[in-house]
Amino acid sequence: MKTPGFFPVWQRNFLVWRKLALPSILCNLADPVVYMFGLGYGLGTMLPSIDGQPYIAFLAAGTICASTMNAATFEALYSAFSRMHVQKTWDAILNTPLGLNEVLAGELFWAASKSLFSGSAILVVISLMGLANGPLALWILPAIALTGLTFAALGLIWNALAPSFDFFMYYFTLFITPMTLISGVFFPTDNLPGWLAAIGSWLPLAQGVALVRPLLAGQLPADALIHIMALLATTAVAYAIALHLTRRRLLK
Amino acid sequence: MATLVPASDSVALMPADATGEATAPALEVSELRKTYGQTEVVAGLSFSAAPGTCFGLLGPNGAGKTTTLRLCLGLTGPDSGSIMLGGHAIPVDAQKARAHVGVVPQFDNLDPDFTCAENLLVFGRYFGLKDAEIRARIPQLLEFSSLTGKGEARISALSGGMKRRLTLARALIANPDIIFLDEPTTGLDPQARHLIWERLKKLKSAGKTLILTTHFMDEAERLCDRLIVIDHGRKIAEGSPRQLIAEHIEPQVVEVFDESSDHDDNGWPQGQLAEFTENHRHLAERVEQSGETAFFYCREPQALLASLASADGLRYVHRASNLEDVFIKLTGRELRD
Repeated sequence: MKTPGFFPVWQRNFLVWRKLALPSILCNLADPVVYMFGLGYGLGTMLPSIDGQPYIAFLAAGTICASTMNAATFEALYSAFSRMHVQKTWDAILNTPLGLNEVLAGELFWAASKSLFSGSAILVVISLMGLANGPLALWILPAIALTGLTFAALGLIWNALAPSFDFFMYYFTLFITPMTLISGVFFPTDNLPGWLAAIGSWLPLAQGVALVRPLLAGQLPADALIHIMALLATTAVAYAIALHLTRRRLLK
Repeated sequence: MATLVPASDSVALMPADATGEATAPALEVSELRKTYGQTEVVAGLSFSAAPGTCFGLLGPNGAGKTTTLRLCLGLTGPDSGSIMLGGHAIPVDAQKARAHVGVVPQFDNLDPDFTCAENLLVFGRYFGLKDAEIRARIPQLLEFSSLTGKGEARISALSGGMKRRLTLARALIANPDIIFLDEPTTGLDPQARHLIWERLKKLKSAGKTLILTTHFMDEAERLCDRLIVIDHGRKIAEGSPRQLIAEHIEPQVVEVFDESSDHDDNGWPQGQLAEFTENHRHLAERVEQSGETAFFYCREPQALLASLASADGLRYVHRASNLEDVFIKLTGRELRD
């Protein structure tokens, strides 16, 4: 079978990552895990249980999703921009038989893969702490792969528009941080104003949380198909926009 | 797919596939136009490069050379005109065409995270080559670019000349028929330039087609079988280097300079050089002045040289005219930015 055109691009990024894999995983792991245990056990002792589970278990699911989002976003913004704009790696690839679609798809799947590594590492820590309930938790892996894919595609849009690295701060300040607070990562959205909770529930991070939290608790997610379709649709639309904008930027 | 790794150890020099349309141009461009904003960067350009030859694209900065190369590779679409590259229509079949093309870009974009060998491996994969095929080619390509023993070296440890040679090796990874070189020796010292020229000549004699842009007229004179000079996106001259020199310029040049001379309001030298220039103008077909130097373009320089021999305080250089003289005559002496 012929390998797809984006695969050598994915492979290139994997080869770079492999050289620094261990420090990279540890760095991506340390921050969220410290927060999760600090808040989960520190703040959690003062809180009632949420839907019958202790706060640390509630927060664990949110942490998996937020870390997945962050890993995909960082890769699709800072690392992809460095390859596109600073090192001109994309220009070099575009001189070969590969086209922009293959380059961008390679970056998309790579950023999603990296977020899968990050999310999985946290899942392992959570399982070792006894916070995962049963084999259904294994379905978290495809759920975070899909969440990572969505955030990779969204990040690539912003990458195509960026004049410099500084531009990425806006993405975090205006989009990622507010979304994290209204998507049920740290606390349930029931107490938010209705309209804010409604916006939050439509955002891709909330879709990921809605899949991961029940799976971690050993239950089947309600409306799983809707959440999956929402993430897939967001990915497809975001990727099409990113491809259009990147083509306008590089191949004008 | 046929194997690209024969038993021979000169794999980098395998002749281009000569079956089929041996006489069809490797690159044929006609009536090409491309506008950015209000500026027509490529304004009706036509040319054609025969297979197995070196074709030069010369012009001052901003003449449209790099845009023309990008158009030929299908990296941007033309407003009008047609391009055939290796028998493929561009930009429609650009990806297919690029499978048989190597590119040495103007600025090095080697992968700084990898060693030399890894750079070649990763690049070969973009062409769909199998790892085993690429690994078999790497030692030969390193040898061809005088980088034997540098396979495991990191890019940051290479000199400018080594980086350029690795970029050339990278362009050869899929044994292309056509190689685009965008100012391949800019920024290199003379030793490094000569080594690159040597390798490019070898590639040409192995039947590869070279498409070269350069600022260096000696480079074009050495390598190009045929070239065009472009300015403001238009072709202003075409031919072999010798033809162009014969057609556009007198065969001999005498450069006369007087470092101490002043200038009048029009920039003409005053004092001895001005006087000499005025009195001997009739001994040359054409006289040009630039800064402290007067250029006498002539067919028979003997009388002029005899006068110079007795003119104390003036220094001079007598030489055969070259492509640079043609270039300056055609595109002017003003600076281009």
